[in-house]
Amino acid sequence: MLLSIRSLTKTFPGTKALDGVNFDLRAGEVHALLGENGAGKSTLIKCLTGAYSRDAGTVTLDGAEIAPRSTVEAQDLGIGTVYQEVNLLPNLTVAQNLLFGREPGRFGLISSRAMRAEAKALLAQYGLDLNVDRDLGSYSVAIRQIIAIARAVSLSGKVLILDEPTASLDAAEVRMVFDVVRSLRERGLGIIFVSHFLDQVFDLTDRVTVLRNGQYVTTEDTASLNRVKLIEHMLGRTLQDEVLHSRPADRGPRPEMLSFQGFGRRGAVEPFDLVVGEGEVVGLAGLLGSGRSESAEALFGLKPATGGEAKDQAGKLDLSSPARAIAAGFGFAPEDRKTDGIIADLSIRENIILGLQARRGWARPIARAEQNRIADDYIKRLDIRTSGREKRIGDLSGGNQQKAVLARWLAMNPRFLILDEPTRGIDVGAHAEILHLVHELVAKGMSLLVISSELDELVAVADRVIVLRDRRHIAELTGEAVSGERIMRAIAGGEGG
Amino acid sequence: MNARTLPLYVTIAIFLVGWAICWMQFPNMLSTRVIGNLLTDNAYLGIVAVGMTLVILSGGIDLSVGSVIAFSGVFIAIVLRDTGLHPLMVFAILLVLTTLYGAAMGWLIDRLAMPAFIVTLAGMFLARGAAYLLSIESVPITHEFYQSLTSAYWLMPGKGRLTLIGVLMLVTFAIGIVIAHKTRFGASVYALGGGEATARLMGVRQGRTTVLVYAFSGLMSGMAGIVFSIYTGSGYSLATVGTELTAIAAVVIGGTLLTGGAGYMFGTLIGVLTMGLIQTYIVFDGSLSSWWTRIVIGLLLLIFILLQKGLVKLSEARLAGGAA
Ligand SMILES: Nc1ncnc2c1ncn2[C@@H]1O[C@H](COP(=O)(O)OP(=O)(O)OP(=O)(O)O)[C@@H](O)[C@H]1O
Ligand SMILES: [Mg+2]
Repeated sequence: MLLSIRSLTKTFPGTKALDGVNFDLRAGEVHALLGENGAGKSTLIKCLTGAYSRDAGTVTLDGAEIAPRSTVEAQDLGIGTVYQEVNLLPNLTVAQNLLFGREPGRFGLISSRAMRAEAKALLAQYGLDLNVDRDLGSYSVAIRQIIAIARAVSLSGKVLILDEPTASLDAAEVRMVFDVVRSLRERGLGIIFVSHFLDQVFDLTDRVTVLRNGQYVTTEDTASLNRVKLIEHMLGRTLQDEVLHSRPADRGPRPEMLSFQGFGRRGAVEPFDLVVGEGEVVGLAGLLGSGRSESAEALFGLKPATGGEAKDQAGKLDLSSPARAIAAGFGFAPEDRKTDGIIADLSIRENIILGLQARRGWARPIARAEQNRIADDYIKRLDIRTSGREKRIGDLSGGNQQKAVLARWLAMNPRFLILDEPTRGIDVGAHAEILHLVHELVAKGMSLLVISSELDELVAVADRVIVLRDRRHIAELTGEAVSGERIMRAIAGGEGG
Repeated sequence: MNARTLPLYVTIAIFLVGWAICWMQFPNMLSTRVIGNLLTDNAYLGIVAVGMTLVILSGGIDLSVGSVIAFSGVFIAIVLRDTGLHPLMVFAILLVLTTLYGAAMGWLIDRLAMPAFIVTLAGMFLARGAAYLLSIESVPITHEFYQSLTSAYWLMPGKGRLTLIGVLMLVTFAIGIVIAHKTRFGASVYALGGGEATARLMGVRQGRTTVLVYAFSGLMSGMAGIVFSIYTGSGYSLATVGTELTAIAAVVIGGTLLTGGAGYMFGTLIGVLTMGLIQTYIVFDGSLSSWWTRIVIGLLLLIFILLQKGLVKLSEARLAGGAA
């Protein structure tokens, strides 16, 4: 056994995050670590790498007991890690990020030339040819994630840990990362893989360990499992998940609510026309960088449109800033919640109330009892796993933070809500809950624009799907025509382009 | 080009333009004599700003430096007056003291997870108080070795004097540049300034780095104290009040982000020289009150902060437009 964990226990104030968990990793296997949001996956990883201290339990690596007190020690032991949602440091260059802590050089002085060469060589494995002297922050989230993976891989002599590494990657990028992982497996490394994409789990992994509420549930060969059984292990119940796979009922054409004419932003997305009906769900599909998020940002005034106009039944709308868009009844739950979404040091209640309060104006505070009611309501409806509404939101698990961001926008009850990758990092059970909620909202007349890389998700919620390529809206699929295959074809350029 | 190098170029441009304006009015401004004086007069400020740059890059602040400089001057003067120790020996003792003082502050900041602002504010009062305790009067330094230090200079073409302390400042900057940009310690400092939690996960030894950063600032304050005592030939507990703020201003004018993580040591040198330039201009003009220095520095700071914001926004927009 390469790595084995026995009776690992970790308690946070109010939460037993890990309760006597066992875990075994063989050399030359990819081992999935699965569980609902808040099950304790990330905590297990952080205890393993010394980012958290553990309350009890032992870890042995190659037969010797280890207890790293810092992530450096774990790195020195040959454990490389991609932490959930940690995409390295935006203010350092790509090369500095890749080689941080083992910069090449002599006499304690770093050689920039050697660094550049090493960094380039590392990235070449992933088919990336970047200017490694540029700040990491100037690259997209996807590229940053690949760089984080490249860094972890190069640090992992024995064990590689990937905590939701594929969250913001597209299919081609995922394949590339998987190729690298497989070649590491070939070389005898042990790889721990955390993901909510069950397809990827079946595709890549050899064994699966499931956690539930901080407790060990089971370890099985991936090949011996099917989807339904796996989900049962994770949730502890069977999931009514038709909602995840079926099309919403065709409700025919909707009365027009909003219309955008020649809307676009120079350098970000070419002018497009868009009509949104009352209670309609419009999906945006396309590869990363195709102009999906850019379209959304223009609509919400985050990066305001440089041309075109927006209208509703009453007349023209001013969407030149988010504040104005909110005043016009718009809402936007962004893709990158770490930087754009949550305020880590505030409580869950405060984070949920934030948008509502901002719209009312700070001079008219919402009564505390009312705040509590709203917060509790959404915690229950979205199944946010927490010890209470006053918990610091930064201490929630990644998926539960995402749910809280959603709750904030839902609480504002906008008439037009833009959701950018709403279910990223959210477990299957909660995924279904959220889709139910979407259907409910839509039935009440709210319109939605949903951006997603997961075609299944679009098919499951959208009345209509718009496909983007190269910053242009190139195709529109309606009703029966909406299917994963058709969307894929359009993205690839076989249709409508 | 990186967004974070823009402020550096702006700083350099402002400096060159400022110099050109001065030069058009007073052609003498370009003489080596003026340049020599500029370096000499700002030597202590430059040295302390090297330490401050590193502190600010790490995401912290050090308010104690002005007081530590004053303490250093008084300490040197008193020890030289009352004992037979050689000045070099006294320097060594002093530098050990101020380095430990800085390290202690760094340790407190890290261990107690206290804001650097509070800890170094306490450090500021403490050091100033210690200086008063030693002496409230100005204490002249009469050691003949000191005379030789004060009068040590190299003659530049055009009769300018490149003084020992001026050279010391330039050497300090050279060392500062190497530390900030060429060592792992420097990389850790930038990483901390970029985000503590992420830096820790990437393997930055936060405690050690924090202690070292403030220890370095303490060392630089001690050095600046020595230089200041050579410059004035005395030690005075009321000297260099507010120098910490001047140093912070120099760092910011030099293009370093006050929130940490971005900036260049070289920019700080330009920042210090820009401030010196303003002072020189006012001296040349003769009719302006010296308060104008403060006013211009204030304006410059304001302009600079606005410029930084604007440029960063602009470049972000351009990058967003150009990438992917
Ligand atoms: N620093 C912390 N302080 C307090 N509680 C914490 C902290 N970190 C995690 N928790 C709690 O521990 C539990 C497990 O969280 P963890 O992040 O390990 O979940 P996870 O399985 O990774 O979930 P996800 O799929 O959403 O990423 C959660 O209830 C979370 O709120
Ligand atoms: Mg997690």
